[in-house]
Order: sequence, then C-alpha cells, then structure tokens
Amino acid sequence: MSSAWYELQGLSVRHIGGSRGLALQDITLNFEPGEQVALIGPSGAGKTTLLSTLACAHRPDSGAFKAFGTDPWQLTDAGRHAMRARLFLAPQTPPLPPRQRVVTAVLAARLPHWSLGQALLSLFKPADPEAAFRALSRFNLGDKLYSRVDRLSGGERQRCGLARLLLSSAQALLVDEPLSALDPALSQLTLNTLQQEARERNALLVCSLHQVDLALAHFPRIVALKNGRVAFDLPRDQVTQAMIDELYLGELPPANSPQPDEMAAKLAVGACL
Amino acid sequence: MAIAVGVVLLWPLVVATEFYPWTLFDMQSLQAAWRFLSDFLKPAHDAEFLAMVAREAWKTVAIATCGLTLALLGAIPATLVVTERLSISRIGTGRIAAFPRILRQLVRWLLVLLRSVPELVWALLFVRIFSLGPTAGVLAIALTYAGMLGKVYAEILESTDHRASDVLLQNGSGRLAALLYGALPEAASELVSYTVYRWECAIRGSVIMGFVGAGGLGQRMDESTKMLAGGEVSTMLIVFVFLVAAADMVSKYLRRRLG
Repeated sequence: MSSAWYELQGLSVRHIGGSRGLALQDITLNFEPGEQVALIGPSGAGKTTLLSTLACAHRPDSGAFKAFGTDPWQLTDAGRHAMRARLFLAPQTPPLPPRQRVVTAVLAARLPHWSLGQALLSLFKPADPEAAFRALSRFNLGDKLYSRVDRLSGGERQRCGLARLLLSSAQALLVDEPLSALDPALSQLTLNTLQQEARERNALLVCSLHQVDLALAHFPRIVALKNGRVAFDLPRDQVTQAMIDELYLGELPPANSPQPDEMAAKLAVGACL
Repeated sequence: MAIAVGVVLLWPLVVATEFYPWTLFDMQSLQAAWRFLSDFLKPAHDAEFLAMVAREAWKTVAIATCGLTLALLGAIPATLVVTERLSISRIGTGRIAAFPRILRQLVRWLLVLLRSVPELVWALLFVRIFSLGPTAGVLAIALTYAGMLGKVYAEILESTDHRASDVLLQNGSGRLAALLYGALPEAASELVSYTVYRWECAIRGSVIMGFVGAGGLGQRMDESTKMLAGGEVSTMLIVFVFLVAAADMVSKYLRRRLG
C-alpha cells in the first residue's frame, strides 16, 4: 500500500452510452494527500470525465486505477459506495432541487453519515443549521440560509454547492469549474476558501479551471489535458506561456460572440450617441 | 313467396323471444319512465333520507381512503424497488447488476398483474369470499391501486430531473436519503396530485363496486334505481359531484403548499 490517494496507470475511459468513444487515453497520474492540483485544458479535453473517474462515478475501460490504495471496481457495490463517502465531487452546475431550502441542500453533505431517521428528521428541523451557516458564510452566503434554492442566482447556487463540500467529511475534494458563474472578486474568495479547507483537513484538492491565470496563481501543480491525454503535468514554475499557448492552440473563440474589445468599442460608440 | 316463407319461419322465433316492441309505447311504462326522469328535478331531501345518504357517503369515502392507504403500503415499497433512479450499481457503468435487475422485473410484473384485473372483478371475487360489505371494496381498491400507483410513481420519479439525486448517490448517500433529498423535492407535487386524483377515482370506483354489493353509496343507489326513485338517485348524484369537487380542492391546496 502506497501513500498516494490516487494511482492511475495507463488509464483509458470511454463515454457512457452513445458512441462509447474514448474520453481519456493512457492517463498516468498520482495524487498525494494534501496536494492541490489544477486541471486545465480546452473544452472537451476530458476534465470532467477525469474528475468523475476519480470520484468512482465512471468506470475506467482499461489500465490500473487505485483510490485510497484499492481498486474500487474490484470491490462490491456496497464497498465502493462506502468509498464514495470519502470523496466529494462538486459538479459544475450543482443540481440542487429548486424548491429545497438552502440549509437542507447544504446539510445533504452529511447524508452518507446519517441514519435514515436522522435524514428524515433533518428535513423538518435542520440537524445542524449553525454548521450550514458557517459554511455558507465562508462564501458570503450566510444571509441565504433559509432561502429557497430557486431564489438564488447562478453564482449563489454555485457557491451553495461548494458550501455543501465544506460540510462533507471527504478526504478527496474533486471540484469541476467552481468559478464558471462567479465574478473575479468572488473567484478569489472561493478558491482561497477551497484551498484553506483542503489544507486544514489535509485533503487532496483537484480543481478543474478555465481561468489559466488563476490556476497558475493558486495551485502548485498543474495538470493539462488535451484530447483526452495528459499534455503536461508540472509544478507551476515550470509551466511556460508557450506551453499554455500550445495547449489552447486551435481553439477558436465560440461562434457569434464578438471579441470583448470589439464589444467595448461598440458600447462606447452607443454611449457617445 | 319467399317473404311469406321467411315470415312463417321467423314468427315462432319472435314469439319465443317474447319480443314485444309495442310495450315500449305502453301508457303505463311510459308514465313510469317519465316519472322516474322527472323526479330527477326534485332531489329527495327529507331528513331521514339525507341522514342515510350522509352515512353512506361517509362509508364510501372511508372505503376509498382505507383502500388507497393499503394500496400506498404496497405501492411505495414497490416504487422504491422498481425505479432505476435509485440504483447504486448503475453509477459508473450505466448498467444495473444482474440480481437487482431481475428483482426489478419481478416486481414490475407483479404490479402489472395487480392492475390488469379490474377493481370490479376483484370486488366480485371478494364479495364471494368475505360476503357482502365494505371489506371486499377496500381490498379490491387496495390491490388494483397498488399496481397503478407503483407503476406511475416510478415513472414520475424517472421523468423528473434526476441530477440532484445522482449527485447525492455519487457522493455516497444511501438510496432512501437520495430519494428524500434529491428526488422528492422535484417530484413531490406531481406525486401528491396524482395520489389525490387516484383517491377521487377510488371514490368513484367504490360507488360502482357498491352495485355488486361491496357497500357504501353505490349499494343504496342500486336499490333506489331499482325502485325507480328518481329523486333519491338525483340526490346521490349531487353528493358525488360534491365529493369530487372536494377532492379537487384538496389537491389544489396541497399543490400550492408544495409549490
């Protein structure tokens, strides 16, 4: 048994259903406890698939995969499900039921450790509202504790999903694009909170990001994916601008969206008239 | 000639079937039918009759409610087994393991069996077994409706947004916890409105089963119809309208609370 939380050796993963095409090929990576890793790469490179593979939510096709020292897919369904309680996967747009109250949605992180009776009771009388309040406060959302989820904006909902992460007792935090709906100031706050939490519990933090500058500024280790393969896996001081350019080469800006500077010019013209 | 032969041959048959169309226009039967129909405009409303109708209507509601409650006792566990939304072995592979798949299919067949026999047929069977009375009606509703509710509940759960419960399952929650925190908040109002609609159907069903002797308002209605007491039938029909309207209001109220 080695010390790594995750060991991936020549791992290939196929998409579930549909074409069953390869989503990831020949991935070899190790993640140690306490490590903080940013996952970057163009859209469709396989970042989300890699995170859900790490979360035992996607079965690899071939290669060796070990989480916490064992291959989860050799375990029974129950054993693997128990392992899922040791990690936390935060999807990009957290699917929270619209009619649920924020406090209930956040406390749902405790479900793996609650009996059914406790879970049922907490629906009517939240079991630990103070903990939920503290978690929300760290993302500037304390005042939303008893709001309904459908009253939240997209960014608030995203942070609400991350507050759920703070309440879990997971040792591996797998976060998929936590900043996609946040402004720059909140992005800083959110990343700082996630990293502080991971440091405090000595957990592994793997965070996929589109903002390369933030990734380089915050994370000591950068793993870049392109077309389902690892493009590079380096400490941040060895990552050069040329490598980043190469990574995003051939990525055209999305159709129909004018360049930001062009748009600013147009708005300025409008303002003058 | 052929017509004459035909008439000669057919006449004994007409006599044998006692087919007398002119009795339709017999003054006496016309009067009786007219009285029966015109009585509908004057609903019976003497105190004794109204008290009886209230008692029987209460019994009908009780049959429907007991039947539906028993049906829920069967349908809810069946739903939890049948719905693929709460499968844990599905995560990561998209395929459900062999044993749970077989179990699901067996329960699904059981639900088909339960609802493929109409409640009236169950009632006729149970009237033979338990003799006349509400027990037969309650059991008939319980069996048929368990089949219907189990099937439709599972389909409602599968057709609403499943990402919330998926994420909870992926992070290690139990099946029932994922149901409570992920699936129910999305599906609750639809589940409740379907249940209340089925309760309304159970009230109607228990009236029909009253005709075969399963008690309640239907049995009284059968008797009144046979006595050509149009006013009494009319009163009972008005009571039905009120019962269904009441069910509608309950449904609306509950949906607003959950919405």
